[in-house]
Amino acid sequence: MKRFLGFVRKEFRHIFRDPRTLGILFGLPVVMIVLFGYVVSSDVKDIRIAILDHSKDPTSREIVRKITSSGYFIYAGDLQSEKEIAEVFESGEAKIVLMFGQDFETRIKTESTASIRLVADASDANSAQLAVNYAQAIISSYFLSKSEEISLPWQINVKSRMMYNEELSGVYMVVPGLMALILILISALMTSVTIAREKEFGTMEPLLASPLKAIEIILGKVTPYVLLSFVNAVTIILLGVFVFHVPLVGSIALLLAESMLYITLSLSIGVFISAVSNTQQSAMMISMFGLMLPTILISGFIFPIENMPTILQWFSALMPVRWFIIIIKGIMLKGTGLAFVWKETLILLGMTLFFILMAVRRFKTRLE
Amino acid sequence: MDIIRVKDLVKKFGSFVANDHLTFHVEEGEIFGFLGANGAGKTTVMRILCGLSAPTSGEIMVAGYNVYKEREKIKQNIGYMSQKFSLYEDLTVSENIRLYAGIYGMRKKEILNREDELLERLKMEEIKNKFIRDIPLGWRQKLAFSVAIFHQPRIVFLDEPTGGVDPITRRQFWEMIHEATKEGITVFVTTHYMDEAEYCDRVTIMVDGRIADLDTPRKLKEKYNAKNMNEVFLKLARKAKNGDDK
Amino acid sequence: MRVLLTLLRKEIKQIFRNRMMLPMIFVMPIVQLTVLVYTANLEMSNIEVVVVDQDLSQYSRGLVSKLDGSPFFVVKGSVASYEQAEALLLSDDVDAIVQIYSGFEQNLINEKEADVQLIINAINATEGSLINVYSNMIIRDYSNNLRTELSGFAGQGMALNIEIIPSYWYNPLLDYKIYMFAGILVILVTMIGMFLSALNLVSEKELGTAEQINVTPVKKYQFLLAKLLPFLMIGLFELAFGLLIGVFLVDLPIRGSLLLLFSVAFVYLLVTLGLGLFLSTISSTQQQMMLVAFFIWVTFILMSGIFTPTESMPVWAQKINFINPLSYFMRVIRMILLKGSGFQDIARDFYGLLIYSVLILSLAIGNYRKTT
Repeated sequence: MKRFLGFVRKEFRHIFRDPRTLGILFGLPVVMIVLFGYVVSSDVKDIRIAILDHSKDPTSREIVRKITSSGYFIYAGDLQSEKEIAEVFESGEAKIVLMFGQDFETRIKTESTASIRLVADASDANSAQLAVNYAQAIISSYFLSKSEEISLPWQINVKSRMMYNEELSGVYMVVPGLMALILILISALMTSVTIAREKEFGTMEPLLASPLKAIEIILGKVTPYVLLSFVNAVTIILLGVFVFHVPLVGSIALLLAESMLYITLSLSIGVFISAVSNTQQSAMMISMFGLMLPTILISGFIFPIENMPTILQWFSALMPVRWFIIIIKGIMLKGTGLAFVWKETLILLGMTLFFILMAVRRFKTRLE
Repeated sequence: MDIIRVKDLVKKFGSFVANDHLTFHVEEGEIFGFLGANGAGKTTVMRILCGLSAPTSGEIMVAGYNVYKEREKIKQNIGYMSQKFSLYEDLTVSENIRLYAGIYGMRKKEILNREDELLERLKMEEIKNKFIRDIPLGWRQKLAFSVAIFHQPRIVFLDEPTGGVDPITRRQFWEMIHEATKEGITVFVTTHYMDEAEYCDRVTIMVDGRIADLDTPRKLKEKYNAKNMNEVFLKLARKAKNGDDK
Repeated sequence: MRVLLTLLRKEIKQIFRNRMMLPMIFVMPIVQLTVLVYTANLEMSNIEVVVVDQDLSQYSRGLVSKLDGSPFFVVKGSVASYEQAEALLLSDDVDAIVQIYSGFEQNLINEKEADVQLIINAINATEGSLINVYSNMIIRDYSNNLRTELSGFAGQGMALNIEIIPSYWYNPLLDYKIYMFAGILVILVTMIGMFLSALNLVSEKELGTAEQINVTPVKKYQFLLAKLLPFLMIGLFELAFGLLIGVFLVDLPIRGSLLLLFSVAFVYLLVTLGLGLFLSTISSTQQQMMLVAFFIWVTFILMSGIFTPTESMPVWAQKINFINPLSYFMRVIRMILLKGSGFQDIARDFYGLLIYSVLILSLAIGNYRKTT
């Protein structure tokens, strides 16, 4: 035991000697949370809008004023002809053009109808759609307010309630996703590369020849990462809760226990990867493409799983991260207990056992 | 003529003094040995002379050039083989030779001629298209040395060149070193194998960053009344004060 | 020149002998582009909703079938109480609840207006707001239809009939895939640039072969240039390969000049390669390098505007984007491919990247130490 502790201490010193790596391991979650919290928001705003007003009457001017003062749009200039639309789109000066025909005002007065055109640069389909929607809403509400006394019949009002995330903060989704990502990064990627490095440089052999048992060596290597991962998980939770006001509705003990389970799983995957790869580069590539990218892409972290083709949805079921995110989201944001997430927990447990068994088998055959 | 002249060389890493006021010179055409235990500061000296590391202070001339200002000119005139260096493992024997020859700006025709000659001498014609990673360590070392002097430098620096090689290969290796001196190449070699010191023309013994003594092996053995260089070294090491607390 | 050629020959041989290289060059783009383009899809479809219809009237049913009939929504069923619906939302079985109170139809007829309650799972804020937009659109449509149907005329005499006609240029079908595809191409090219060249250099440092080069008279710029050029070529090849996949896979339009695109890509690759080489000069092990590169890469991608337009970001983030090469190329590649923008449209970005490449390459070369 004493020998083992000495070995663990050596591994710790090894990690702490490299402040840059440590800095990144702790800086990454902070930066990502801030990015998602403030930068990568789903809100489309400050859309540059150009105006092509052939009518130039009080109504059209009023609409333009309403739109440019809404906060969603930024006035990008007046156009003289339809030909200029292509120009402003190609140069990126404007993303949407609001057009009033020559007879805009006269038609309102004589026929009580009006027609307004919105031309959007839809190369970014989502933003274009959102921009058009915003503009439509602003224009409609303008006319509605003008004709207040005459109420529109058969009107269905939609009252929306954003459950679990009233302010539509981007951070909510990120906290669970980020925990999953960082824990994979530290536990699986770092461990696998560290062990692969020892193998590559031949420093693993003296260790194997020492009286330390193989299991002790592996445990010694992973222990510091367990602690690092755990500290990081807690940091992310604290940041989310205190800086970004992400609610923590459910049980903290359950949350931490599930995190430990996931860390153990990631570590066993890391050890497994190092068992099957001989160089740092191959360990890196397997972790990057086998674990990191799927974690980011098909875990539901950034992109909703239900949008994906069925085959990818199946594939994502093989990823531990998918189940972990469901668990964390449930506990943190919805306050669900084990009664709701026992299935996911069992899946993670099963995966952990599987990878530990596989890793032990691989290592054994290598040692014999 | 002195091909290397070092006066009061000091190298510090923070507060640690790796080389403490070293003064020595190397004559053209000799085999100059640098002996010492691991961590005595041998490699540091060599790295400074090769221009890989900047000295803290001291006057140092290599091949007639100043190591502070004319590092790149020095590099044109030297060859270097380090303990770590093992050629490019994913290139073949022949490709490694051509790579380094090309780096020194040798002409293609000259390279091809000398390459054949070299491979014949090393008896490596058969394996010239094999990857370095597929040939044994001893062969690699011999090849690495040949590559280091392929461009006919004036000095070749060998940093623990025989580490981890079997005794027979080590002998062959030293024969190659002697061959090289016949071509007029000066050899500067560090080692911690004391028996190898016997092959050197002159030997510097370093203990804890200082030069403990410098002379021909014969004179050193006389001076310290020792049977072999190993005894010389042990006596010098014991004398050094700082040596004890390790 | 002869030295440079010698070094280049070495690098090219080593690159193609690396067993990981060919899959990286050929398989990775195919996998990444095909998988990513279908995953990185923020276009919502199959939003699953549960209905709590407490009115059970003709109009409420009409509303539900209108939702179900739209391409965005799938009505997964109907439950009697709100509590049951919330349990479904809680267990992630549905994305939203549509609640229609009893008296819906009555109110609509008598008071000319009625409320519908929407409860949306907004943990993923993007998803939540899109669901909101879509459902509003559909319900508005439904009420307009209802109005026409009931009154027989479109609001005439009572209110203005406002017609807002949107038209979507460059992408009338609002296909999100082509936009994403162009963005993923940038990621692909960047990966090649930043990771491969940097890992290559660091591994030479780690193995000690870099030191052997350092004792030779090889100039720093020669050594780094020889590391850079092969990856520059691979990067350009990758872009061409990716475009080809795009044309066949998602009907990626190529509206602008390919020559212009490749010229920008050339300069952009210089920047990313310079960045990679710079990172490798400040790292001593592959592990360290990989972490630093990964960190920068992820940050840059998220900020580049691949998912959300950079204009919508806060001002400080837009300022940071000034040093984010991805944000330049992300913008330019979409402009050229999707809109057919010409040189004068992208001139600012082009010159920006050009200055960037000079700076970062000088920094990388200046920072590479032959002597410690």
